[in-house]
Amino acid sequence: MISFLLRRLLSSIPVALLVIVVCFLLVRLAPGSPFSSERALDPATQQMLESKYGLSGSLPEQSLRYLGNVLRGDLGDSLKFRGRTVLEIIGQSLPRSLLLGSIAFLLALGLGVPLGAWAAARNGKTADKWLNGFALLTLSIPTFVLAPVAVLCFSFALPLLPPAGWGTPLQLVLPSICLALPFVGVCARLTRSGLLETIGADFIRTGRAKGVSEKTLVLLHALRPAVLPLVAYAGPLAASILTGSLVIEEVFAIPGIGQFFVSGVMNRDVFLVSGVVLIYCLLLLFFNLIADWLTAILDPRIRLQS
Amino acid sequence: MTFRRGIPGLTGLLLATSLLTSCQSRPRADLVICNGAEPQTLDPALVSGQLEGRICSALYEGLTRRDARGKSVPAAAEKWEISPDGKIYTFHLRPDLRWSNGEPVTSHDYRFSWLRALQPSTASPYAEILFGIQNAEAFHQGKLPADSVGLETPDLHTLRVRLTHPLPYFPSLTSFTTYLPVHQATVEKYGDRWTQPNSWVGNGPYRLLDWKINDRVSLEKNPSYHSPKRAQLQRIDALAVTRASTAFNLYSTGQADLLLDKGLVPSLMLPQLRGRSDFHPGPLLATYFYRFNVTRPPFQDVRVRRAFALAIDKESIIEKITRGNEPVAQALTPRGIADYNPPEGLPYDPTTAQGLLKLAGFPQGKGFPRVSLLYNKSELNEQIAVEIQAQWKQVLGVEVELRNQEWATYLRSLDELDFDIARSSWVGDYDDPNTFLDCFVTGRGNNRTGWSDPTYDSLLNRALAEPNAARRLKLLAEAETILVTQAFPIIPLYHFVGCLMFDPNRWTGLYPNLLDEHPFSEISPR
Repeated sequence: MISFLLRRLLSSIPVALLVIVVCFLLVRLAPGSPFSSERALDPATQQMLESKYGLSGSLPEQSLRYLGNVLRGDLGDSLKFRGRTVLEIIGQSLPRSLLLGSIAFLLALGLGVPLGAWAAARNGKTADKWLNGFALLTLSIPTFVLAPVAVLCFSFALPLLPPAGWGTPLQLVLPSICLALPFVGVCARLTRSGLLETIGADFIRTGRAKGVSEKTLVLLHALRPAVLPLVAYAGPLAASILTGSLVIEEVFAIPGIGQFFVSGVMNRDVFLVSGVVLIYCLLLLFFNLIADWLTAILDPRIRLQS
Repeated sequence: MTFRRGIPGLTGLLLATSLLTSCQSRPRADLVICNGAEPQTLDPALVSGQLEGRICSALYEGLTRRDARGKSVPAAAEKWEISPDGKIYTFHLRPDLRWSNGEPVTSHDYRFSWLRALQPSTASPYAEILFGIQNAEAFHQGKLPADSVGLETPDLHTLRVRLTHPLPYFPSLTSFTTYLPVHQATVEKYGDRWTQPNSWVGNGPYRLLDWKINDRVSLEKNPSYHSPKRAQLQRIDALAVTRASTAFNLYSTGQADLLLDKGLVPSLMLPQLRGRSDFHPGPLLATYFYRFNVTRPPFQDVRVRRAFALAIDKESIIEKITRGNEPVAQALTPRGIADYNPPEGLPYDPTTAQGLLKLAGFPQGKGFPRVSLLYNKSELNEQIAVEIQAQWKQVLGVEVELRNQEWATYLRSLDELDFDIARSSWVGDYDDPNTFLDCFVTGRGNNRTGWSDPTYDSLLNRALAEPNAARRLKLLAEAETILVTQAFPIIPLYHFVGCLMFDPNRWTGLYPNLLDEHPFSEISPR
């Protein structure tokens, strides 16, 4: 077990480094300079800035220099937000995204799994159809529609919740629901289809023949193998939901990390982009590891060594 | 299994701690402003944007400052004398100036700050706004030492500035962000990080209390400020909000008191907002225009450029698309600068446009090469481009392709003259036509058209050297006439309008003005 975790952790290091170098190169290869603005900058100043931030020389030189800094724990300075290090920006915004994301993640699982189980138990009945419809609806409404509609309903029509901002627990309600809702649908559908598959399996039929109650059958025997696809899905889901969403952060004025993925690229703020991508990559590797570990616990046929 | 109990418990604990740490909030500030995007810096020498400039004017005090109506008034300098040739300004500082750490502010601080902004290693994006000072440009280029720059400090409270040319607007220029003073010891001690709240020192009516990335900049009254009555609010929060609908929602639910930027008012709502008592539109010193690349055919030919300019119905763009009652731009410089009358541009004249295109060898657009219209990706730019594309097709019979690029790529295309026609805008830095006209002098970084005209250059140079204000403005108007009625490297389309949103029954000290200056220190509750 421990050797499995160690091996996986060690093999993650080259992956993360490769990701960060590719990301650095892609942003550097994009046309345009991080220092350009509507007001023209004189070439001497531009050169000065490039050498100050280690962006002079050939691309391989630049990426090696950057890689060396990253290995020393220095993610560089933001090129747009002068005087701020990438670590400082991530340090301030990541906890906010993590908080919002974990609430949304728990909501997605906490609502999705019971709803899916409930629908599976009523397979083909009206309730199942309604639930399927609901799942499809949450999946197909984009957040940029969902979020403003939620604000309209719960901040204006029924003035119950603040429409945006950060600082009080009430301000977390709307954004976390809007962030979670599309995933509630996915989780419900995954649970439902997983359960339907297992409920038809031989060992459940045997259990039923032995007189085990339906409730015990579903919750104790069927649910465990049925959530395997969900566990595999939850790994990447956790990584993406925890690193925030541009739309949710913009609509609800959440000072999280999600918007840096987009604004960083737009500004060619190469160290910031590479930094946030590194965080995303590490979270993804970590949660995939957790998912694999959970899968092995849930499914006795899987051995971690294999 | 242990993880069943362990994981939810751990998650709960994590959530609770993050809730506590992330949601620590102060009571609401006296004034909450939606200020636009996250400030890129609060170092006045490095600021290039308006939203940062606004915060800086509360944190630092220049020799002069802008009042609530955008007028330049004495600030750190209580008076100044001008030499008869208009080239030497002697500023006398108030004796009671203090930094927020209690140290006195002296003329050396201003000299240090201006030289710092000029120093090549500072890489100030606005260093050229100091080039009016003798030898400043040569120092910036590393050709002369700092001592040669025309800045003298005969005593702690006197700053003597020698200019290359008489600049009648120089005192008002000293309120501009790049001219604001910084505290030498702090800057030298903390380097790039001196603007962080725990190291920051300034001399403005407010001091920096907190700065949370992408969330807010909090300011509080500076007790060391010489005229404490000018800062009438204990605390001001400037929120970083980029989306207009979000800013408007915050304003509508009372979480914000003031929308300071036109970009923060949803444009679709403008028709409904007009007429409301909390909606305050006003003119703005900014112009939306198209540039030609005059180095490439067919726009090397002035007749073609003229034809394209005459074929645009600017009124219809304002009626159909911008819908903010923007003034049609006949010239590049907006109206409203004292004593300056920008030239009358050309009217919408399809017949002459068609005739000119025919003369240039393209009757009804026949044989006209493929050209494209470049703009940076935004809904407004696209709508305007589509409308103008249709007008050119209809009037001139010319097919123009639309080419949209995201911001950084678009800027590179402009710099490298990799376009035929491109959309642009320019916001004036100070209330003088020079802030617009200087862009098109041969070889300027902001020229971005490849256009060069010795007569235009010499008119601008003569204006620089002209001590008589009226004659100077006349020379500038002559230059602008060349720009917008003879040579057409650009087509001015419309002038922007600003709009503020605040409840006039609650707040005073806010007036729409050409420079869009709304100093925080002038705002007070009714």
